[in-house]
Amino acid sequence: MDYGLSLIFTLPEIILTVSGLILLLIAAWGGAKSARLITILAVAALFGASAYALEFLTNPSFEFGGDAFHGLYRMDMFGSFAKLLIYFAAIVSLIVAPRFFKDSGTYSPEYPILILFATIGMGMMVSAVDMMTLYIGLELNSLSAYVLASFIRNDVRSSEAGLKYFVLGALASGMLLFGISLVYGFAGSTNFSIIADTLSGQLSTGPLIGVVLVLAGLAFKISAVPFHMWTPDVYEGAPTPVTAFFASAPKVAAIALTVRVIIDAFGGQTSTWQQIIVFVALASIVLGAVAAIGQQNIKRLLAYSSINNVGFLLIGVAAGTAQGISAMLFYLVIYVAMTLGSFICVMEMRDADGKPLETLSSLAGLSQTRPGLAAAFAVFMFSLAGIPPLFGFWGKFLVFDAAVAAGMLPLAVIGIAASVIGAFYYIKVVKIIYFDDPAGQIIQTGHKTENALIALMALAVSPLGYLAIPLLAPVTAAAAQALF
Amino acid sequence: MNQLDFPILSLMMGLPMLAAIICLFLGAHAARLLALVTTLVLFALGVVLWANYDIGGPQWQYVERAELFGNFAWALGIDGISMMLIMLTVFLMPICIGASWESIKDRVGEYMAAFLFMEVLMIGVFAAQDIFLFYILFEAGLIPMYLIIGIWGGANRIYASYKFFLYTLLGSVVMLIAMLWMVQDAGTSDIPTLLNYDFAAEAQTWLWLAFFASFAVKMPMWPVHTWLPDAHVQAPTAGSVILAGVLLKMGGYGFLRFSLPMFPEASAQFVWLIFGLSMVAVIYTSLVALVQQDMKKLIAYSSVAHMAIVTVGLFAFNRQGIEGAIIVMLSHGLVSGALFLCVGVIYDRLHTREISRYGGLAINMPKYAVFFLLFTMASIGLPGTSGFVGEFLSLIGLYQVNSWVTLVCTVGIILGAGYMLYLYRRVAFGELVHDDVKAMPDMSLREIALLAPIAAAVMWMGVYPESFMAPIRGDVGALVARIDRAAPEGDAHLKMGQAKAAPTTHETEAGHGESH
Repeated sequence: MDYGLSLIFTLPEIILTVSGLILLLIAAWGGAKSARLITILAVAALFGASAYALEFLTNPSFEFGGDAFHGLYRMDMFGSFAKLLIYFAAIVSLIVAPRFFKDSGTYSPEYPILILFATIGMGMMVSAVDMMTLYIGLELNSLSAYVLASFIRNDVRSSEAGLKYFVLGALASGMLLFGISLVYGFAGSTNFSIIADTLSGQLSTGPLIGVVLVLAGLAFKISAVPFHMWTPDVYEGAPTPVTAFFASAPKVAAIALTVRVIIDAFGGQTSTWQQIIVFVALASIVLGAVAAIGQQNIKRLLAYSSINNVGFLLIGVAAGTAQGISAMLFYLVIYVAMTLGSFICVMEMRDADGKPLETLSSLAGLSQTRPGLAAAFAVFMFSLAGIPPLFGFWGKFLVFDAAVAAGMLPLAVIGIAASVIGAFYYIKVVKIIYFDDPAGQIIQTGHKTENALIALMALAVSPLGYLAIPLLAPVTAAAAQALF
Repeated sequence: MNQLDFPILSLMMGLPMLAAIICLFLGAHAARLLALVTTLVLFALGVVLWANYDIGGPQWQYVERAELFGNFAWALGIDGISMMLIMLTVFLMPICIGASWESIKDRVGEYMAAFLFMEVLMIGVFAAQDIFLFYILFEAGLIPMYLIIGIWGGANRIYASYKFFLYTLLGSVVMLIAMLWMVQDAGTSDIPTLLNYDFAAEAQTWLWLAFFASFAVKMPMWPVHTWLPDAHVQAPTAGSVILAGVLLKMGGYGFLRFSLPMFPEASAQFVWLIFGLSMVAVIYTSLVALVQQDMKKLIAYSSVAHMAIVTVGLFAFNRQGIEGAIIVMLSHGLVSGALFLCVGVIYDRLHTREISRYGGLAINMPKYAVFFLLFTMASIGLPGTSGFVGEFLSLIGLYQVNSWVTLVCTVGIILGAGYMLYLYRRVAFGELVHDDVKAMPDMSLREIALLAPIAAAVMWMGVYPESFMAPIRGDVGALVARIDRAAPEGDAHLKMGQAKAAPTTHETEAGHGESH
């Protein structure tokens, strides 16, 4: 194994790590003044890493990928594709952050640095082909995330969110680690391909419990039912840019990681994990839809919406075919655009004093005071509900197509019927925005960057998105094929 | 590419889309004007479409295809049936814009944009030649209609808009799964190819039920019709016109385009279901209409009854039934649209739809009374109006299959005469008792200009239906040829009489009349 090659394959992570450490030093000496500069540099570092990920994805000489560091880390199209999405989400969460924190005066250079470290962790998660790499990446991401959640430390809700996330996250990590140790004990290795070779045929109880516990730990990270309890509280309490980050990048990373584990490590045990994923998918769809109906806080509502969407993503995973994974990846792209867009819309909800508003009732009659923001909000809501012609429909279309192709008709029928329940609360938001009398609380903010980002995301999920299908579909197909 | 060497169908969808976007940024008056001009241009394009349609030519005309989206294509093309429904759409749209000219005062730009967007989708649904493109356009109609009912609707608009949205969505999603399965089975999403693909008989049953769930709600058939009265009553006048005029036709079009030709065996298998539900609908909704106090609700229930005639006609599996059903669809589109406009005319003056608040309008609004009478008669199906042609043909077709169902449906038509005449008597005849009604002015020039073209079309279709039947004849023939193998046996069991022994010459002359 060529050591130089290993370094080349891990270049995106190396760039981010080195920049993260340098920025940490700048922050230590520069203090709070340097926050803005550090944010800009962090964005630049992410762009640099994205350039390499893009190179790995598009350059034909990297088509088949390769292992680095003796099978601890794998560079392939699947990982590079997920990384690009993660970097994009991180960049957006960095761009919108300074303005959000400026009003409360709590912005500090640690924010971009923590985002960078979380991103490194996620990069390792999606490239992990060994349980050790998996765990280290996951923990690097999680530890940064706990701090990010409680970033406004004098705010009770934010601190509560961080604490809750930490306690429950630690529990999930414990389960994951216990599962890994069981699998290791029975398979004799932490390497995915060796696990796949050893754990074949009928599983005995020991490794079976191991597989279940590993999946339970991962389900916590993607906030799938029944391990979703932390999501609404953390999403509500964390500062909105952090919530936007949580709802996008770590979701991509954790789902990509889950896919790698079940396809690479437990590939011989399809029937074992398939029933778990099917249950988790349906439970997430139904609970995400039903529990959101009564919510009065828009961030909590979007939290349940993300649980609901994870359910649909898992339908693609449950199919267990290259088509299913490719559909899931395409859905992820659309999901990231929809989620980031709706959370930036939430950031734009401010009253005359610049205080952020979060209740649904403050959105009343938004279409008459801020027609542009209202239209974008409506586009995201209809798109999240999967109503054509908006692009959110296409994600659902692809995962259900994959499920039907894999012969999982009952799963597809129940899943799509449950999506109607979800549509109820999405159109409720549209009703509040368009049908109700103006509450007049939300004012024009005139934030150009935010508005441009909202417009960009709204255009991406508008019917114009369909024109991107011929461009994206071959890439997702190739990325999914890299796993098989 | 097609007879005009020009993608006219894409133009007919692109133009209103563009106008809709521009409308969002315009002031009230400019938006009204732009919407009117756009819809009139589209009507002109529709006339071009009809004038250049080659009757007896290829089944699919004005075909265009662009592989834009990977899994499915931007494939458009029309046959005679689609063309007549597109004509109905582009004919009603300028009238809808005109009907909203004065009654819609706030958020005019958004209102016009929603209507123009609706027009894009309706034309697209009838022209789509790719099953997924069809689904996307079919479902997309929910968004503008939800906004139209919810923003510009009546007092209970929120409930009505939710009910409309969720009902129709629930109906449609299962159809999507069926479509995914079909496309994987047949290997193509091209509708003309799928029309001639034979699905396995057991699969057909499930596929048919999935499509039925969607189209029965859209149609609407009893017992899933309850969203319709709510939506109609709460929607603004033009919303009701477009809902009754075109959106309901999507259900019938769906049966015609998908259920019958793609699953002939399953269609035959479920004839009893269609006939049963339709019989209940005709009688039950007619009786419900008789006791309505709200004019719009009465007309909404009458729509359900008329749509039941469409379904029995379609599932008669013969030429008369299907042609009749299509004519009922066209006629109902015109007549119920016009009736909603008539309600709108007096609603704009008195702001109530309660029947008992009116009376004696024939005295102070004679022009209105004439128009209203014409459309009432057309709704009943008086010979000479469009309603007669369609209902008569459908029932003839149905009679060949089942005389009992025909009997029940005919009773429904008599009941239809009952509730419509009763409505007309209470609104137009009698004494002018209310002072505010007495003060109502007769129809303005604008209102006459809205109703007169519909009146002309209704008479034309009633007196010379050949103009409307010629384009659809070939397509109905193709459909009948396709489904003939599954056609259910009629219940008439005609028996040839025994020829009598050769009579003498003397007797022949005397008994000539009786022997036939």
